[in-house]
Amino acid sequence: MIEVSEMTVRFGGVTPLDKMSLRFERGTCGLIGPNGAGKTTFFNVLSGFVRPVSGSVTAFDEDLLKMVHYRRARWGLRRTFQTEQAIEELSVFDNVAMIHEHSKLGGGSRRQEVIDAIRFVGLDIDPDTKVGGLGAGQRRMVEVARAVVGRPRLVLLDEPAAGLPDDETEHLGNVIRRIPEHSEALTILVDHDMSLVSACCEVTAVLDFGKLLASGPTAEVLRDERVIRAYLGTEDTGEHDS
Amino acid sequence: MATEVKQGGQDAPRTDRGPETTPSRSLEPRTLVRPGIILVLLAFVLLALPSLFSTYYVDASTQTAIYAIVALGLGVLVGRVGMVSLGQAAVLAIGAWVAARLLFATSLPFPVVLLASGLITMVLGTLVGLPALRMSGLYLALITLMLAGAITVVLATTNFPNGGHGFLGYNGSSVHIPPIRRPSAAQGDTAFFRYSVIISILMFLLVLGHLRSKPGRAWAAIRQSQSAALAAGINVTLYKLWAFALASFVTGVAGGLLAGSLHYLYSIDFQTQDSITLLAVVLMGGAYSMWGAILAGFLLQFLPQLFTSWGISPDWLTILFGVGVLQVLTTAPRGIVDQMPKDMARLGRLLMRVVRRPEPSTSGET
Repeated sequence: MIEVSEMTVRFGGVTPLDKMSLRFERGTCGLIGPNGAGKTTFFNVLSGFVRPVSGSVTAFDEDLLKMVHYRRARWGLRRTFQTEQAIEELSVFDNVAMIHEHSKLGGGSRRQEVIDAIRFVGLDIDPDTKVGGLGAGQRRMVEVARAVVGRPRLVLLDEPAAGLPDDETEHLGNVIRRIPEHSEALTILVDHDMSLVSACCEVTAVLDFGKLLASGPTAEVLRDERVIRAYLGTEDTGEHDS
Repeated sequence: MATEVKQGGQDAPRTDRGPETTPSRSLEPRTLVRPGIILVLLAFVLLALPSLFSTYYVDASTQTAIYAIVALGLGVLVGRVGMVSLGQAAVLAIGAWVAARLLFATSLPFPVVLLASGLITMVLGTLVGLPALRMSGLYLALITLMLAGAITVVLATTNFPNGGHGFLGYNGSSVHIPPIRRPSAAQGDTAFFRYSVIISILMFLLVLGHLRSKPGRAWAAIRQSQSAALAAGINVTLYKLWAFALASFVTGVAGGLLAGSLHYLYSIDFQTQDSITLLAVVLMGGAYSMWGAILAGFLLQFLPQLFTSWGISPDWLTILFGVGVLQVLTTAPRGIVDQMPKDMARLGRLLMRVVRRPEPSTSGET
């Protein structure tokens, strides 16, 4: 469970998040919105890269904002980046082990858990392969493996399907759907691919201009007229027609 | 382990790869080749090399081994963590100063002095690295260069210990300056060469141990992306300082060896610009490879002696290194150690083609 209340972020004169409140219970949740709606800023606040002016984040009964950023991985926060950040110099195994060794959360042998994570995302390659030699889709999966290894509590996926061909997006969707049962983590998926969001998320929230526009079961939210208008950008004329 | 991954692939949708990608974790003969070659090389260097060389070149080899350690430390900073430090020659001077002071003031065994100078230099060198927490790139390079300059100025006024008394251990009016002592087991030049090589091996193993484990992974992450490192739970501050601590430790040990090998230390031998040359040769050799450090030590210490014996002024090397860095940065960013085998393979293919073809249509190659 994660509860965000009244969160405001300001960069100079820009306000990417404006008293945004949000609540996700469990499973895989979607977070959508037009470009510049504040989705990545929200992730960066959760990661500790951006400090909000006001507001609070309670995740599993703990105040997330009080934690030092690098401690949050140990607590169970994981994320992927819009521009994929698999570490090229390291092998697939080391990429995943790197997170595991900085976030010890209970038992289990590291080697086994790392291999499990690589297996979970369906990477059928030698774990000792250097990431630098992998293709874009495989690198994405390495990042996802990093996000699910150990015992994550909150997994943030920032446009994981960006730039992937359809078949790899489908595979990615299959993996994302299985994250909650694999690790009992709450997963938040940001993506512009609505079919991926529909396929993975039972509930979805929509951000627009830094505010929560709508939230609820994904199918309903995607039919919501305000949401359609926010995406198509026909706020004034749309109001009169309907 | 290997079979488990294969099974994992079967329940996943993408099993387009055949069995040829089976992981090879076991100790196949192929994986034993590299350590074997290294062992043979080491045996050659330790046993045969000194008898092939005159004292002149044995000394040059000792310096090569010592500066390989310094290059190794800088390689960790530049190649692994991505922090450009131009203060490493000054850190080496600190190590040499501390070791010389301890060797004059105490009768501690030489290895203990090496360890102590490594540890003390580690503390001081980590201070040099503190600006790295706030800045990077050109500004970090500039700040570390300024710090190196400051250290050089201080050393020029205090001088290196020469058996005098007091904290500085310098006696300006002394006529009979005692030499800095060497380990009792390695008094001669050949013995000290072997001693230096063994110490360098230990330093290389220390760094290798770091690179192959938790800090190495953390450094690789920091180098590529600080946000990815933070998101992975890596305390970036700690690991950056750790890199400076490790680089300074090995450089301090190298300073101790330098004190013993030269017998006499003069502040004029430690110039601020040495750090720049050091960075140049490390980039040339290959900052991402341990072999690059050895090559850098060779370029920095052995090549000048070769030039001198050929009657060419070693000053020309500055130009050569300039061209070398330019070449490396534009065509072979991973350094000569990475480029050489590729070039050799290419040359081999070229020669094969020429040999196979009956009529020499391309006359230039042979």
